[in-house]
Amino acid sequence: MFLKVSLYISLIIFLFALIYKVSTWFRYKVGIGAAEISVSTRLFSAIKGILLTLFSPKILTLLKVFVLDVLLQFRILREDFLRWVMHIFIYVGFMLLLLMHALDKYITASIWNNYYSTVNPFMFLRDLFGAMVIVGVLIAIYRRFILKVPRMFTNAMDIYAILIVAVIMLSGIFLEATKMVAYSDYKRMVDEYSGLSDPEELRSLEAYWVKEYGVVSPNLKEPFDEKILEKGNELHQSSCAECHAQPQWAFTGYGAAKLIRPIGLGIDRAHLPSVLWYVHILACFVGLAYLPFSKMFHIFASSVSLLANGVIGQEKIAPANRATLQAMELDACTHCGTCSLRCSVIMAFEEITNMNIFPSEKIASIKTLASGKELSSQELRNIQEGVYLCTNCYRCTVVCPVGINLQDLWFNVRETLLQKGYPEFLVLSPLSFYRGLMKEETVLKDYEKPLIQAREAIAAQCDLMKKKDKVLPLTPADRTLQGGLNLSAQAKTFSVCFGCQTCTTVCPVVGSYENPQEALGLLPHQIMHAAGLGLRDLAFGSNMLWDCLTCYQCQEQCPQGVHVTDVFYELKNLAVKHVREKTLQSME
Amino acid sequence: MKMMEFALFLGCTIPARLNQYESSSRAVLEKLGVGLVDIREFNCCGYPLRNIDFKVFILSSARNLALAEKKNLNVMALCKCCYGSLKKADFLMRENTALLKGVNSILKKEGLKYEGRIEVKHLLSVLHKDIGIEAIKGKMATTFRGLKIATHYGCHALRPSQVVGFDNPVAPSLFDQLVEVTGAESIEWAMKLECCGAPLWGINDQLSMNLTSKKLTDGKKSGADYICAACPYCHIQFDKVQKMILSQKNENHPLPSILYTQLLGLTLRVDRKVLGLEMNEIPISGIEELLAKESELAQEKELAIKKENKKETGLTKD
Repeated sequence: MFLKVSLYISLIIFLFALIYKVSTWFRYKVGIGAAEISVSTRLFSAIKGILLTLFSPKILTLLKVFVLDVLLQFRILREDFLRWVMHIFIYVGFMLLLLMHALDKYITASIWNNYYSTVNPFMFLRDLFGAMVIVGVLIAIYRRFILKVPRMFTNAMDIYAILIVAVIMLSGIFLEATKMVAYSDYKRMVDEYSGLSDPEELRSLEAYWVKEYGVVSPNLKEPFDEKILEKGNELHQSSCAECHAQPQWAFTGYGAAKLIRPIGLGIDRAHLPSVLWYVHILACFVGLAYLPFSKMFHIFASSVSLLANGVIGQEKIAPANRATLQAMELDACTHCGTCSLRCSVIMAFEEITNMNIFPSEKIASIKTLASGKELSSQELRNIQEGVYLCTNCYRCTVVCPVGINLQDLWFNVRETLLQKGYPEFLVLSPLSFYRGLMKEETVLKDYEKPLIQAREAIAAQCDLMKKKDKVLPLTPADRTLQGGLNLSAQAKTFSVCFGCQTCTTVCPVVGSYENPQEALGLLPHQIMHAAGLGLRDLAFGSNMLWDCLTCYQCQEQCPQGVHVTDVFYELKNLAVKHVREKTLQSME
Repeated sequence: MKMMEFALFLGCTIPARLNQYESSSRAVLEKLGVGLVDIREFNCCGYPLRNIDFKVFILSSARNLALAEKKNLNVMALCKCCYGSLKKADFLMRENTALLKGVNSILKKEGLKYEGRIEVKHLLSVLHKDIGIEAIKGKMATTFRGLKIATHYGCHALRPSQVVGFDNPVAPSLFDQLVEVTGAESIEWAMKLECCGAPLWGINDQLSMNLTSKKLTDGKKSGADYICAACPYCHIQFDKVQKMILSQKNENHPLPSILYTQLLGLTLRVDRKVLGLEMNEIPISGIEELLAKESELAQEKELAIKKENKKETGLTKD
C-alpha cells in the first residue's frame, strides 16, 4: 500500500514537472532572435521540424547519433577517458538496475519465468550493477574534490546529484546486508517455506545458514560440528537452495554484511532492514519526483540536445526552432565544465573577477535571465561582459559533450544585452571582429548602438574634451596617469617625445581624414604630449585612441624610440579600467 | 637528422572561420617534411584583449609559451596577430624579470612555468629560414605562369621590428621570395606594407572599409591578379569583408585574396579539396589555369637539358 501510494504520488509529480519543464522550452525567450516569436509558432515549427526529420533520410543520422552519442557517449570519451568510465558506470549501472531490479515484476519476471532476485545470475548482476554505480560515484567525487579538475565548479545541484545516487545505492547495499544477517528474516523464511518442525533439523539448518549465509543467530555460535553442518546442507539443498544462490555472489551486500555482523543482533532488533527499505524506496521516489528540477533532467534534455544538434549540424534553422532549441539547451547543460576547461579566454578571469567569463557558469546566468526573473543592472552588466569576453572560437560548441551550440547562445544573448543600454567597453576591442562579420547574417537590431554607447560613456568621463577653449596649465595635471603607464616598461618612453610629428604623418588612420582633428580629437603626437602633461581627459576622450589600428607604423618610425602604439595600448587599458569602475560605482 | 618539429599555434580565428588555412598549411608542411604537434590546452594568444587589459594579454600569451616550453617545442603561428602577440609577450618577459616572476606566480597554479627557452616563429619565417627557398623549389611539381601577386606582409609580422625581427621592416623581401618561388611575379605596389584594416572591423567599420578599399584598389591598379596573405585576419578582411564592401558599393571587380599556403600548395600538387580552394568567399579557382601544363613542363625540361648540353659542349671546345 505504502509502496503503491508513494510510487503514484511521485510519478504524478514527475509527470507534471516534466510537462512544465518541456513547456519552458517553448516559453522561455533566449536572446534577440526569440523576442518576437509566439509560443504557438514555436510549438508548430518544432513539430513540423521533427516530423520532416523523421520522414527523411536524416533519420539515419538520428539513429547514428542515438547509438554513438546518446548510448555510447563518444563525445565524452573523446574528451576524457576517466570521465567516460565514470559516466558509463553510473548511467549503465543505474539503467540496468532500473530495468532488472526496480521494474523486475514487469520486465525481468516476464522475460525469465524462473526469475528470483535471490538466484543467479540475477542476484550477482544486481550487485554488479550497483557496484558499477558506486565506482562511478566514487570517480565523480574523486574528480571534483581530490583531483580538482581545473575550472570545474561544484554547485548545489552537482552535490545533490551525487548525494541522491549515493543514498539510493548505499541504502540498497545495506538493505541487502542487513537482511543477510537478520535472524527474524531467516526465521520467517524457514517458517514459510521449509515445512520443518523437528528441532534437531531446524538447528542443523540454522547452523548451516549461520556458517554459509552469515545469519547472526541469537541461539547458535560457530564453530559447529561437521555432522550438523552436513545435515544442515542436506536440508538446505532440499528446501532452500533452489531459491538461494551462495551469498558471496551478492558481493557488495555480502561484504557489507561481514562488516556489520558483530552488531547483527542489534540490527535485527532495531528492525533496520525495514528502516533501510523505507530509506531506499523513498530515496528512489524523491529522486524520481524531483528529477525534472534537478541536474538529472539532463537524462532527457541532453539526449534531445544531442539528437537535435546532431541532425542540424551546420545548417541554418528557422528562427522559431532556434529559439526553442536554445531554451532546451539550457536544460541540457550538465555543468560538467568541459567548456570552461577548453575556453580560449579563461586567463581573463585572473584579472577580471566575473564568474560569467566561464562558459559553464554563463549558462546558469542565462538560464535565470531566460526565466524572466528580474536581475539587477549589475548582474545584467556582468552577464553582458561575460558573453562579450569571447573570441568566438567555437571551442565550447565543439567540445560540449551534449552537443549544445554554446557559441550561438552567447552570440544571441550578447545582442539582447547590448541593446539594453549598459555601455560595454569590450566592443572597442578586436573581439568585435566576429560581430562585424555577422552583421549581415543575423538579426542584430541596432548594430551601431553599442559602439556609440561605449565611446559616449568614455567621453562622458572626459570633461576637458567638452571645454575646447579652456586654458590648461603646463604643470602635469595628473601625475597618477604618468605613473600608471608602467604595465610594460616600454610605455614609459612617451616622455622623450620631441614633437616632430612623424607618428602623426605616417599614421594611416590620420591619413584617412581630410580634417583629422575634427574626427579623431588629439593626433598621435598630441596624445604623447597629453600623456606627458597628465591630461587624462584629452588622451582618453580622443577617438584617435580607439581608432588606432595598432599597425605600429608610428612606433617603428619614431626617431626618438617612443613606443607610441604601446603607449596607446596602455592608455586604452587605463581608460577602460577608469570608466568601468565609474560605471560600476554608479550602479551600486 | 631529427625531423623539424613545431607546436602548431592555430589561435581562435582559423579553426572557427578559416579551416582552409589550417588544412592547406598542414598539407604543405607535411610535403616539406615539417612535423606539427597539436597542444590542445593552448588558449587565445591575448591579442584581442590588449586593448582592454595588459595583464590578461600577457598571461594568455605566457600560458601558451609555457605549454610549448613544457614539451620543448618552438611555436609556429599561422596568424600574424597571434605571432605578434606571442612575440611581444616573450620579448617583454625576457626583458623584465619582475614581470616574468609575476606571470609565473599565476601560471604556477596550473603547474606551468615559462623560462624563455623556446622561440616563436611565423609559418613564413619557418618556410623561408628553416626550410629554405631551395628546398621548397626541390619539392615543387609545377609553377605558375604569368601570375601577378600583390604580396601583403601584415603589420604584426613586420612591426615592431625590434620585437619580432621578422624581416627588414622598411624593405622586406622574405614574402616576395616565397611568392616568386612559385613562379608568380610579386608586383611592386605602393601600399604593400600598409595595414589590411581588420583591427578596426567591428569597431569602426567605415574607417576599416576605407583602409581596406584603398589598399585593394592600389593592388589592382598596380596590376595584381590576386592579393596574397598569410594571416587569417588579413585574409578574411580581403575576402569576406571585401565582398561586403563590394556589394555595398554595387561593384563586382574584386581583387581576390589567396592564402599563401593555397598558392604554394597548388605548385606542390596538394589536392585542391585539401587546399579548400572553394571555401574562399571570393572565388579563386581561376588561378589553377595559370599553372604550367605537363607538356609545357616537359618542354622546358628538354630546353634546359639542351642548354646544359650546349654549355658543356661549348666548354669542351675551349
